[in-house]
Amino acid sequence: MTLIHLSPFDLSLAAILVLLLAAMSWRLRLGIERRVLISAARSTVQLMLVGLVLKVLFAQTSLPLIALMALVMLCVAGFEVMQRQKRRYRGIWGYGIGALSMFLSAFTVTLLALTVIIGVEPWYQPQYLIPLLGMLLGNTMSGIAVALDSLTRQAWDSRGRIEARLLAGGTWDDAIEEVRRDALRAGLIPIINAMATAGLVSLPGMMTGQILAGSPPMEAAKYQLLIMFLIAAGTGLGSMAAVWIGSRRLFDDRQRLRLDRLAAANRSS
Amino acid sequence: MSGLRLDGIRSRALGPLDLTVAAGELVFVSGPSGSGKSLLLRAIADLDPHEGEVWLGEEPRSRISPSRWRRRVGLLPAEAFWWAESVGEHLPVTTSAEALRATAPIGSRLGSRIPPIIVRLAKPLHRAPRHVSNHPALPDPSAIADWLDRLGFAPDVLGWSVARLSTGERQRLALVRLLAQTPEALLLDEATANLDPSNGARVESLVETYREAHGAAVLWVSHDPEQRKRIGGRSLIIRNARLEPEA
Repeated sequence: MTLIHLSPFDLSLAAILVLLLAAMSWRLRLGIERRVLISAARSTVQLMLVGLVLKVLFAQTSLPLIALMALVMLCVAGFEVMQRQKRRYRGIWGYGIGALSMFLSAFTVTLLALTVIIGVEPWYQPQYLIPLLGMLLGNTMSGIAVALDSLTRQAWDSRGRIEARLLAGGTWDDAIEEVRRDALRAGLIPIINAMATAGLVSLPGMMTGQILAGSPPMEAAKYQLLIMFLIAAGTGLGSMAAVWIGSRRLFDDRQRLRLDRLAAANRSS
Repeated sequence: MSGLRLDGIRSRALGPLDLTVAAGELVFVSGPSGSGKSLLLRAIADLDPHEGEVWLGEEPRSRISPSRWRRRVGLLPAEAFWWAESVGEHLPVTTSAEALRATAPIGSRLGSRIPPIIVRLAKPLHRAPRHVSNHPALPDPSAIADWLDRLGFAPDVLGWSVARLSTGERQRLALVRLLAQTPEALLLDEATANLDPSNGARVESLVETYREAHGAAVLWVSHDPEQRKRIGGRSLIIRNARLEPEA
């Protein structure tokens, strides 16, 4: 089986479906037709551009170029995490906590997978590195965004209880313990659910891709498993790092709860 | 027995304020709403960022760990918050065997319902709550039973779910919770605001008993001139972010 090439005409057929959706949204006054069209246009431009960039990148296998690409991915992911916070940390922390945690988790796990598990030669072979890193970043990004958002929202809402624990002679660690646990749980539940239902309801994206590209299903399943474990580990580590740094940042050196370190509520998220 | 001394407490809404409350002394603070009474107490308990130093006896606050400080200088906020299911879970747990033996007669005296604080003692603690490990002096459980009794509660209140409590019950039990930390100084923010006169009197009498028994310095924010007159002690008023004697 060889890959059937998609012609622009094939894609336009699929795009008509999206136009149809927008038309229905307009007809039913759902009010999301603009957003549907804009995001469809965005994904078209972005994916085409990435296709072009990857084409160049794959042709060269140059470490500095790949590093640059990875950096851009990380920066965008960090920005995305910040955008999804209702109450973000003021100053550099709003961006830094998410970006640093993603760097720590996604990059480490990708590196581990490339060098030890898959054993790519050279380890920065872009055909492996970029998709792996992309998948890890994408998933840790969601996990960290959810976990951090839950942490700051709950800390904001349960100020009285947190301060009551401080007043009862608890340390900041005791006082934030419960909020932190809930935040971590919130960040990890999506990937846990994804692992639990993988293959039963739908075939995960990467496996689908490999099968469409003609890989034997067993090989595709093994790669998917690998990716899933990596994603689970990456999301877990990243969320833990983010929630730990984030919860520490909510208290100062005299262990006072410093909600003034969070910016005012951001209505769009 | 140690007094409380504020030295140049200053924040955006306050001061600079200096004040000395001797060991065993009671000082009332009043002032219009928004004048910073609660902020003053929060600053002393080190809950908000501010400048200045507070001394407990000869010890400066900056030399004491924040958690230890807040245990020793106990703040009763105007609104009591609870974080666990039952009332008893909020009290520090004694782990020593002596305390267990000491409580046994109380348990039998109470009859059918043994308060959970005692039930919890009988089980080996898997992990002692961290905030208790370096506690200087835990009250013996009979003292807690006595305080509960003075506020009109039977000991089985410790097994009650916090969600069941009325506002007034929460406020009274918050005082017991605070005293169970055996604080050396008390900061009370409208301790009787939500209480009917008879329960208000119970709270007043318990605070007075504790102050005399432990020589605790008490700083009490109160709106009620009758209360200030009834209990006596020095009365201060916050005016333009300064503390002045009440005329």
